[in-house]
Amino acid sequence: MDFLPTLWFILIAVLWIGYLFLEGFDLGVGMLMKTFARDEKERRVLLNTVGPVWDGNEVWLLTAAGATFAAFPFWYASLFSALYIPLVFVLLGLIFRAVAFEYRGKVHSNRWRKTWDWAIALGSFVAAFGIGAMLALTTTGLPLNANGDRVGGPFAWFTWYAVLGGLAVVGFALIHAAAFVALKTDGDIRHRARRLVGRWMPVGLLPLALWAITVAVQHGKWFSWILLAVAVGAAVAAWRANRADREGFSFLGMGVFLLAGAAAIFSAVYPVVLPSTLDPLWNLTVENASSSSYTLGLMSIVAAVGVPLVLAYQGWTYWVFRKRITVAHLPEPLDFGPAVAPEKALASEGTKA
Amino acid sequence: MEALEIARWQFGIVTVYHFLMVPLTIGLGTLVAILQTRWLKTGKEEYLRMTKFWGKLFLINFIMGVATGIVQEFQFGMAWSEYSRFVGDVFGAPLAMEALLAFFVESTFLGLWIFGWKKLPAKVHLACLWIAVVGSIVSAYFILVANSWMQHPVGVEMIEGRPQMVDAWAVFTNNTAMVAFFHTITGALAVAGGFLLGISWYQLWRRRKDGIDTVDAQGRVVVGESAAIAGRDKKDHAVWIKSLRIGAVVAMIAFAGSAVSGDLSGKLMFEQQPMKMAAAEAACHDGTSFSVLSLGDVGSRDCSDVVAVMEVPGLLSFLAHNDFTTEIKGVNTLVPEYQEKYGKYLPDDPMYGDRAGQEINYVPIMPVTYWGFRMMIGFGGLAAMAAGIALLVTRKGTVPRSKPLMRLALVGMLAPFGANAAGWIFTEMGRQPFVVAPNPSMSGVDQVFMFTASAVSPGVSAGEVIFSLVTLTTVYAVLLVVEVVLLTKYIRGGVVSAMPELDTTRPDGGSGPGGEDEDDVLAFAY
Ligand code: HDD
Ligand code: HEM
Ligand code: HEM
Repeated sequence: MDFLPTLWFILIAVLWIGYLFLEGFDLGVGMLMKTFARDEKERRVLLNTVGPVWDGNEVWLLTAAGATFAAFPFWYASLFSALYIPLVFVLLGLIFRAVAFEYRGKVHSNRWRKTWDWAIALGSFVAAFGIGAMLALTTTGLPLNANGDRVGGPFAWFTWYAVLGGLAVVGFALIHAAAFVALKTDGDIRHRARRLVGRWMPVGLLPLALWAITVAVQHGKWFSWILLAVAVGAAVAAWRANRADREGFSFLGMGVFLLAGAAAIFSAVYPVVLPSTLDPLWNLTVENASSSSYTLGLMSIVAAVGVPLVLAYQGWTYWVFRKRITVAHLPEPLDFGPAVAPEKALASEGTKA
Repeated sequence: MEALEIARWQFGIVTVYHFLMVPLTIGLGTLVAILQTRWLKTGKEEYLRMTKFWGKLFLINFIMGVATGIVQEFQFGMAWSEYSRFVGDVFGAPLAMEALLAFFVESTFLGLWIFGWKKLPAKVHLACLWIAVVGSIVSAYFILVANSWMQHPVGVEMIEGRPQMVDAWAVFTNNTAMVAFFHTITGALAVAGGFLLGISWYQLWRRRKDGIDTVDAQGRVVVGESAAIAGRDKKDHAVWIKSLRIGAVVAMIAFAGSAVSGDLSGKLMFEQQPMKMAAAEAACHDGTSFSVLSLGDVGSRDCSDVVAVMEVPGLLSFLAHNDFTTEIKGVNTLVPEYQEKYGKYLPDDPMYGDRAGQEINYVPIMPVTYWGFRMMIGFGGLAAMAAGIALLVTRKGTVPRSKPLMRLALVGMLAPFGANAAGWIFTEMGRQPFVVAPNPSMSGVDQVFMFTASAVSPGVSAGEVIFSLVTLTTVYAVLLVVEVVLLTKYIRGGVVSAMPELDTTRPDGGSGPGGEDEDDVLAFAY
């Protein structure tokens, strides 16, 4: 067992877990925009619970991708090119979502806001589903040839595992977001979010548990089963905390569920990073997919400095914006016309049209 | 068309598009941070207004940089998997560092800045902006290290046919990267300077047109005030005239900086990629003159009918070498040299697909390199000249009432964007047919190279790439329209669009609920 590649496998797993934990709730909040929020004010409350942090959360994804490129270029190359079409959709989802967050409130019109609401909700859903599918497939395998290239056409990746992974992340994100909203808001919305967690948690977390069980069965490692048990225990604890109106504990429980569940999955597949369903000889492993130990050593130093820093200042951000948000806190939406003489404004508007 | 051609179009389009937002983010971010610092130091309200107004436009643009950047991060793996496998050991590192050390900083601290007005102590709030801006500059450094390694692949050894990093110091202090960094940052400042200049010109013109500002017999401005139009008070004039002059000065200094760094860049390019230099000149034969204008078909690859109309003797030699007499090798001399070093035909290797065994064309597309080079310098120079004229014209405190001039100032904002795009297109296409370009005269890195033809993902079909090219360009086109519409709306709204509290006609006097008390959870909200 090589030390550095293993370390980097763990680090990349940590980056993915960090991503799912953090962006998990803002993806979920995005989806809740269309299904849970009842009116404009509530939608704005939802948005503002993640307003200052969603972009920082998304960088966990970029770092996971970048670190995979640096530490396991063959894994990065095979996985991303094999999943070309679904990743295009993930990109479109992330693009629309990002732009919508920023642009939604910038024009005072219902049609404008409605359009961007759809962009946020659908963008979040597609991104969550696609990333879930990608992560599931990297654990269950893709039809790769000896060079690591996908065979079987643009949709060869489409399997039940992909659907299961997609549902796993969507389901987790929704419940995690509800737990987050219960923690970050007050008033009616807080109570409804708590009820949503209580009612839907078993359904929402089931696909992720099934994915972990599938992988654990296939690879049959005892510690995966232990981690899986921890995950289920955490979910039950989260559910009970939620019933007892202890939102902080419930949110924490969701985090432990994710951590243990994902750890069960990643540890079960180790040392394979991307199996080939055609021939196990062509599996990509931590050894044959990794960069040189020089590069890994360099990256380790950078990570040792960078990761604690990121955790520190992101943690500080959450502390700065720790207060609960309510409908009453929202400033009036911006509404302004051109700063020009009124009659001339009309005239120039007229010539423009 | 094959996957390769489509993937190249896609890379070029999405990258140049990303680079429309990038220089404005870097340049405008820096200027907003300076303005907010001035506000804290002097306490003058016009600086607060400038911070808020330009900050608003900065954010509208920033988000598009983020959205299009995500595509960049993914597309190496998606469309260029062979490339990723080949260079991963050395190229992935700066990319990962960019995310870990720069993007996190940028996005987190910008979130703190946006939502932290009044919530954070004023100095901490300002520090957040500065940290975010430094983050964007650091991100530029890392990505340019990655890109420059493709132009000048140092710090590696070829092991089992792949470059492996053996000297990180060499990679991260690559002279090409240092110069490109300097050049790109000055280019970004040129964009921001032009942006301030054009928009402020429009606003000053607007105040004159609405009869708020007038000029006296000597042509000096008489600043007025309008009760009817929200935000058009006397300080408003100060906002725009100061912005205009800051913008003009920044644009001129930035151009001078680009010229210095561009000249350094040219000298490295001559050393490292002589073919690119020759192609930039459409120079077939060896020589020393820089052609300002050539007629005939600069693209004809044997140069039989290129006629140099205007030449500056010795300048080319100076650009490359700092003297006036060194002969610069032309294309006709270089092609046999390249053929000898890197082969006349692509290897008979399955990784080249149908192209295996084809003759290699070592000459980049000359009309693109020739005109790209001149457009970069030309657009940059025009913008700087215009900035100088603007300083002169506005020395009495306002702009002329002429509408065509105002339009020119607005259209002129595009010139530095054009210069940046032209610069990248020239650099990247001048490197062809290589994606990792060998440096024939440099010992050590002359055998580190990869042909673009072998870089594309072998498993990805042309149909897939067409699908992504069509969807991405459509979405990008739509979003560009949306961004421009929004920018226009906020520009026309003036400072009030970013500071509703200035509009005293609003029912709540512009301020939201709360005020300064404990309940004021959101100083700003989506
Ligand atoms: C010289 C500067 C420069 C250059 C050449 C590039 N970028 Fe860029 N990029 C930036 C400068 C920048 C920036 C100024 O840092 C941005 C613009 C807006 C922003 O948020 O950061 C950014 C954003 C940005 C983001 C989003 C970051 C976030 O979510 O905060 C990603 C993933 C990339 N870029 C990746 C790339 C890649 C892979 C490139 C190469 C092909 C590239 N960029 C070229
Ligand atoms: C790390 C950064 C970059 C990498 C790794 C990179 C790599 C590549 C690759 C793989 C291609 C496709 C192959 C080719 O046709 O050349 C390409 C093309 C291109 N790139 Fe870059 N590039 C980078 C940065 C940029 C930037 C920042 C720009 C400018 C905005 C840019 C502009 C272009 C253009 C215009 C093309 C099209 C050239 C052509 O198709 O001939 N590149 N680059
Ligand atoms: C007298 C002025 C200038 C000279 C002599 C000059 C020279 C150069 C050269 C030689 C390169 C190619 C570097 C390489 O491929 O290795 C380059 C690239 C580039 N130029 Fe310029 N340039 C000038 C002005 C400008 C201006 C005004 C801008 C933008 C506002 C600009 C933007 C760029 C960009 C974005 C690139 C690609 C990135 C890079 O390689 O640095 N240039 N320039």
